[in-house]
Amino acid sequence: MSAVLSEGPDVDSGARPVAPVTTTSRPQAAADAIAAVRRARRSPRRRTRLVVAGLSVALVLVFAARTMLGDFTITLPDFFRILGGTEIPGATYILMESKAPRAVLGVLVGLAFGIGGAIFQSSLRNPLASPDIIGVSIGASAAAVFAIVTLDQRGVAVAVAAVVGALGTSALVRWQAGSVGGNRLVLIGVGLSAAMLSVIQYLFTRADEWDAQVVLHWLTGSLNRVDWPTIRVLSALLLVLLPVLVLLARSTRVTELGEDTAAGLGVGPRRSDALLVVAVLLVALGVAAAGPVAFVSFLAGPIARALNGGRTTLLGAGLVGAVIVVGADHLAAYLVPDVNYPVGVVTGAFGAPFLLWLLATGRTSRRS
Amino acid sequence: MTTLTTAARGRLDRTDGSSSRRSGRRRTLPAAVLLLVALVAVSVASVLLGSRWIPVGTVFDTSSELHGIAAARLDRTLLGLAVGAALGLVGALMQGLTRNPLADPGILGVNAGASFAMVLALSAFGVSDLHGYLWFAFAGAAIAMVLVHAVAALGRDGATPMKIAIAGAALTAAVTSWTSGVLITDRQTMEAFRYWQVGTIGGRGEVLLTGLPFLVVGLVLGLACARSLNALALGEDLARGLGRRVALDRVVIGVAVVLLAGGATALAGPVAFVGLIVPHAVRAVVGPDYRRVLPLSLGYGAVLVVAADVVGRLVLPPSEVQVGIMTAVIGAPFFIALVRRGRMGAL
Repeated sequence: MSAVLSEGPDVDSGARPVAPVTTTSRPQAAADAIAAVRRARRSPRRRTRLVVAGLSVALVLVFAARTMLGDFTITLPDFFRILGGTEIPGATYILMESKAPRAVLGVLVGLAFGIGGAIFQSSLRNPLASPDIIGVSIGASAAAVFAIVTLDQRGVAVAVAAVVGALGTSALVRWQAGSVGGNRLVLIGVGLSAAMLSVIQYLFTRADEWDAQVVLHWLTGSLNRVDWPTIRVLSALLLVLLPVLVLLARSTRVTELGEDTAAGLGVGPRRSDALLVVAVLLVALGVAAAGPVAFVSFLAGPIARALNGGRTTLLGAGLVGAVIVVGADHLAAYLVPDVNYPVGVVTGAFGAPFLLWLLATGRTSRRS
Repeated sequence: MTTLTTAARGRLDRTDGSSSRRSGRRRTLPAAVLLLVALVAVSVASVLLGSRWIPVGTVFDTSSELHGIAAARLDRTLLGLAVGAALGLVGALMQGLTRNPLADPGILGVNAGASFAMVLALSAFGVSDLHGYLWFAFAGAAIAMVLVHAVAALGRDGATPMKIAIAGAALTAAVTSWTSGVLITDRQTMEAFRYWQVGTIGGRGEVLLTGLPFLVVGLVLGLACARSLNALALGEDLARGLGRRVALDRVVIGVAVVLLAGGATALAGPVAFVGLIVPHAVRAVVGPDYRRVLPLSLGYGAVLVVAADVVGRLVLPPSEVQVGIMTAVIGAPFFIALVRRGRMGAL
């Protein structure tokens, strides 16, 4: 999976003869040129592998910090003994019912948001066009809250509602923006988010017994109310999506070149639409499990790109997303003693200034 | 060549527009008359209609048991009129000041800045009376406004309407997270803010008197800005050529915006989209002259907020939909239509 996801298609692999252009007069120079091209092709691939490996290590470290540190420390041997089935009074409960599920859900949700966001940003060719900015996440959240508050549903039905909401919102944004992508699509999404947000707030003013944690769960995203059944359902659904994703993701680097060029290289618009649908599903499942964790899908893609030398890597983006969510959840839980912040408050508080910085430095226009 | 000149002449007609200017002036009187009728109609409806209908007599009959309801509704009607007038005018002022058709205190993050400052005042500084936290609301509104424009202006292509709108959305998102962060540690403030956060004029009649002086100052100051806005609409250089002191004008308009947006947010919570819709609708009828746009935006803003409140009371009985939600639901499609029309540089 890693090879496919991280490298994308090799549009022009197999070292096609660059040589004939120059061979006739200077064979030695041509050989050098071929070698240079080979090196140039190989080095980004090596870099991607390095980035993915580094991010995996970072994720393991953050995961370990989240599960073992905090106001209740669990030592490494204890950690493995508990996983092996040994009962340690207190520690077992805290690890298995609080820390571990939150960390695992954080990883899953972060992967889903990161990959989904990177697909959006690369297919729409605009770093601002991530699902949490153009209203897809908040649409999923509004539908989920509607299912819970008004239709009194729980469990899988909520996930279905989130998927329907996300698909509906993205279809609406796409339809209203027309064929022009770019900032018009972003602005329409921003306007739609405002409406969806007030729908969520309205639904909550109707439900009296709900507390701040629940409201914030659906407004900014939170891992505080996690349980193992949710994780099982989410990971099963993500596993179903994975093969489809791997199959479709081969075309990301081509679609990034623009619709016309991609069509010329044999990747029709339908394929990139299918990929976008998968991205919407990923985001919707993440929202159903943890709420619309603010700015994760917006941040993950650009960070992974920057690490990877300006090339899109979906797996890298997913790993960055997971690191962000698990790390932010650790901060949210232990930054202020006795207060268990929802993770979305932390990602929102740090993510939005990043968006402002992007705007200020003018890096939001189309990439060359 | 011929096509070019016709096109150029067409453009001239539209901008210079002696005919359109005249028609705008001709439509001003009917618009003003309609405004008065609408004001009376929504006010009467607001007092009489609701989850329970009250006969007209009880409003003046202090002995009736329904008089209390009538008095409460009168309070919220007055509050709605004041807040709506402020929001309608502030939208027109911001659109003129930034020459940005998407300007609105809700979209550009001014309301969010004001509400964050108020939450801080309540929670961190223990300010509990409206008089105290009004000042925080003003400060928050001012900081947010300056910040959004500064951020948007930093980039390569300057403060385009798109960038300002996105910067406003980003600031709103950040500030909302911080607000949530403060509220979650403080249950008491959370309860106080639960309905306020959505934007409501129900059950808050007693705050009107405290906020009213600031709103009145803001309204007078804003209305006095019509001439400078007309000059600014021609561009900074031309305005200077006409003898305006552009920097001073901008500061005066900015002060009016802060007073109105901060005051309205302090009174009713963050109500978005009123300032966006109303000036555009008014401009479509009476033309771009701010001497007509400002007073009519003020009036129709009041009509829109009170009408949205009445509809919100009637739409899902027996509960009520807060006015901030009603305006967002009406306003978002309007915003999208404006973006789709794509004439972003039209002001």
